[in-house]
Amino acid sequence: MWLATWLSNLDRRWLFLVMGVLVLEPLLFPLSLPLRVTPPVHGFAAAIDSVPAGSTVLMSCDYDPASIPELVPMTRTAFRHLLSRRCKIVITCLWSGGPGLVDSVTSEVAREFPDRRYGVDWVNLGYKSGNEAVMVLMGQGIRNVFPRDFRGNAVATLPIMRSVRDYTSFPLLVNISAGYPGTKEWVQQVQARFHLPMVAGVTAVSAPEFYPYLQSHQLRGMLGGMAGAAEYEVARGEKGTASKGMDAQSLGHLFVALCIVVGNVVSFLQRRRS
Amino acid sequence: MKREVPLFITGAIGLFMILSFFVPHHWVSVPADFLQACAVIVVAFGYVLGGANVLRVNLEGISRRERGWGYKIVLVVSLLGTVAIGIADGLRHNGSFPVEGTPSKWIYDNLYATMSGTMFALLAFFIASAAFRAFRIRTFDAGLLAVAALIVMLGRVPVGDVATSWLPEWLRLGTLQQWIMDVPQNASKRAILIGAALGVMATGLRVILGIERSYLGGED
Repeated sequence: MWLATWLSNLDRRWLFLVMGVLVLEPLLFPLSLPLRVTPPVHGFAAAIDSVPAGSTVLMSCDYDPASIPELVPMTRTAFRHLLSRRCKIVITCLWSGGPGLVDSVTSEVAREFPDRRYGVDWVNLGYKSGNEAVMVLMGQGIRNVFPRDFRGNAVATLPIMRSVRDYTSFPLLVNISAGYPGTKEWVQQVQARFHLPMVAGVTAVSAPEFYPYLQSHQLRGMLGGMAGAAEYEVARGEKGTASKGMDAQSLGHLFVALCIVVGNVVSFLQRRRS
Repeated sequence: MKREVPLFITGAIGLFMILSFFVPHHWVSVPADFLQACAVIVVAFGYVLGGANVLRVNLEGISRRERGWGYKIVLVVSLLGTVAIGIADGLRHNGSFPVEGTPSKWIYDNLYATMSGTMFALLAFFIASAAFRAFRIRTFDAGLLAVAALIVMLGRVPVGDVATSWLPEWLRLGTLQQWIMDVPQNASKRAILIGAALGVMATGLRVILGIERSYLGGED
């Protein structure tokens, strides 16, 4: 019983310390736990593979720096995947904090492809306020909604935009989203209305919300949180930051599960005693 | 008239936008596009109003020396400083910002991004503490929830599969969590989505028909 009493009075800072050590240790000394690629991730990769080489894909990155660990790895891998298929990529952002981050990530990946040039093979159209209204307006013409790109260039002068008119110009929409506006709104306003095939990468906490869309094939594939990003990296044969982070997340989850079990055992013992 | 005119405008535009979804004729689609473009501009003005409101609330708090007024000074100085630097950078770089090497980009990379990440990362510590102290199984329903949560939490990460690799495939945590996500979770989520959609439609109709008037404000 002394153990139960001791645990019930445990200073929560000890829990913080253990959690910190469990997250830090595998980042310094990776455990390299095996990852299994799940069907939604297979669907995501297959949808990009099915895009005809050389076509122009719309990629909407709707997140801000708070979601870097989960969503930047998927942005990186998806962008690399598309470039490796010689696709052109038009990037938009409906979160005001996102375009700078997305520009850094895409520029970093694009350096791996020295023959690809900004404005010819990819463009970052930046942020536009208006949420769902922007999505619907893009269906009437992309250039009307985004007259200038993130770097201040007139969009009409960019070679990549000459073949882009509206959603009919794209064979696929890749949406990486952290919340509102994001995947749900793209499905409701664009996929359902303009019948644009779509895949999504979302945060782990919001992933359950999109399983109905996955089952109805409104989403061709989905990456859920860091686990989804890591599985995508494995499916692509890459070793990125998500795969490295999965060991830390594994131990973190294990510790939270342990906290739930031990907390309830302690509570049960105390209730029985009283 | 103060209430009737806004109610009429709301009803007429609401019905027109519903019509535009079904009628692709340019007599309908062109005005509908114009109204949607107006919505984008109005939302952009919301940022200005939001910023002004943040300033007003915090300046009032500072002048009254409310609790935590020192933090409010930090907020106001940061807000005004970031806006001023952003405008200066925008003017210098032909409206494009944050460009590499500019103060705006430095603020974005070294303050905004790092502080956002830090706030989010703190969740891991508080979740552990909450799991230990607050997640109590006192009923059968709570027990079901806890079991499902443990299976999904461990099944979503590699350690779950490693720990149950000796079991048959259908009993492994990875397979069980996929089943929970695909079947019971999906069924309940779909019910919630359909319920919420019906609620949104009902509220929309109430606004268009002038039954729901709370958006007009309380006073006549």
